[in-house]
Amino acid sequence: MTPALCLRMITDLAPQLESGEISARELTDACLERIARRNPDLNAFIAVDEDGARAVASRTDDEIAAGRYRGPLHGIPISVKDLIDVKGLPTTAASKIRPKTPAARDAPIVANLRAAGAIVLGKCNLHEFAFGTTGEDSAFGPTRNPHDTSRSPGGSSGGSAVAVATGMSYGSVGTDTGGSIRIPSAACGTVGLKPGFGELPCDGVIPLSRSLDHVGPLARSVVDAWLLYQAMGGQEPRIPPETNPRGALRLGVPRRYFLDHIDPNVRGRFNDALGLLSDAGVTTTDVDVPHASEIASVYLHIVLPEAMTYHSRTLDSRPEEYTPGVRLRLEMGRYVLAEDYLRAQRGREVLRREITAAMTNCAALVLPTLAIPPPPFGIESIAVGGLNDSVRSVTLRLTQAFNLTGHPAISVPCGNTPDDLPCGLQLVGHINQTIELLTVARRVETTIRPV
Amino acid sequence: MHIDAWAQAVIKDAQLRGLSELAPLLGGLVRATQTLRQADWNESAERTDRQDATAAKDPK
Repeated sequence: MTPALCLRMITDLAPQLESGEISARELTDACLERIARRNPDLNAFIAVDEDGARAVASRTDDEIAAGRYRGPLHGIPISVKDLIDVKGLPTTAASKIRPKTPAARDAPIVANLRAAGAIVLGKCNLHEFAFGTTGEDSAFGPTRNPHDTSRSPGGSSGGSAVAVATGMSYGSVGTDTGGSIRIPSAACGTVGLKPGFGELPCDGVIPLSRSLDHVGPLARSVVDAWLLYQAMGGQEPRIPPETNPRGALRLGVPRRYFLDHIDPNVRGRFNDALGLLSDAGVTTTDVDVPHASEIASVYLHIVLPEAMTYHSRTLDSRPEEYTPGVRLRLEMGRYVLAEDYLRAQRGREVLRREITAAMTNCAALVLPTLAIPPPPFGIESIAVGGLNDSVRSVTLRLTQAFNLTGHPAISVPCGNTPDDLPCGLQLVGHINQTIELLTVARRVETTIRPV
Repeated sequence: MHIDAWAQAVIKDAQLRGLSELAPLLGGLVRATQTLRQADWNESAERTDRQDATAAKDPK
């Protein structure tokens, strides 16, 4: 069965746009119709620029008809997390703290996407100031998971993942400081890429933790994410050639710590995926990160003070305008001592070297993205694999390490639980080798799709 | 700052600022700080092993 127009892949649509078989206006209308129908329940969008998007779509169709086709993103409607500047729209960060003044210019990553021909439909909901993994704390109300609206879509880029998963946009731009692209991608069944640290510019993006912040794409396939990633970095997006699906490929599985506390259904889907990869000739080998048990401590002592410094003035002057959970986490940052921040920076370097060493003989690491299925709203803690921990700690457990170390990482869909909740498979690449990671992820995606 | 003195000071400060709901979160922070300070990568002037822990696992 052919999927609805708004649910198709960018790679599928691009040739039809180029040939004039379909129009950018049709795609834009399909997404806007889907937003009108689904957003009241899911709350994925904070702002929708209907008139602006339709006007750009009409101009796009004229350009293509005149022979000025720019490439596979030309005429593709996308969305942008409302932490990132889009000219003419306020950047709310899902907070009452932010001024309602429209951004004077696009963030460079958005400008690059527009230059490649993408059409910005609007701004997506998020956990306030990106400081949370559930999407519950937003001045605009929570974003809801389309697979079960009583559950979190993950966060903080939850609105972006919901938009992509439900056909409200073909791709989205998110940010990831501890897993905020990969976690909602896993929770909603999309692909989410966190490139290597510093690869894509964070100018025009409200910071959470400047030494951990990354920007990246969410999409419905690895190649769609690849195209968005290329364009965000100012490169000409090109559909990459197929690689040998039977060539030698070795993946490392970091079992200790990372697989110690995993929901049984998530573990089942992960093991299914490893089985399919093995059947397809992929070799897996166990690897170890000796100081993995210190990842959370290191992360906490960096993210808290870095986040607090950006918010210290408004925490003093307007504390009641933050959502309570975000305010409390920001306040914690006041109490981290400089000596402990420096210990954490040393630990970060240890972890970077250990993860690099663990990958020495592997193309990538493979592990689940999220240790649990998307959690229900309203719970503070959750038991998983014999460990009772806060929802925040459990959701960050498998992703935050790679923000500390700067390795590129991607989440791809990995089947559903018996309750039909999505699971994600995470692949982690070598530093400065995001393209190589995407190549691996494309092959893995193709291999495990039947899961 | 010694960790016990620091832990007492932060919880007292949060209470004085009317943020008593911070106490459980600060309890988690204190445990994380204990873990961080006990990590074997931390340098010490009395260590005889001068090898840099951050380089120990580097394959290059």
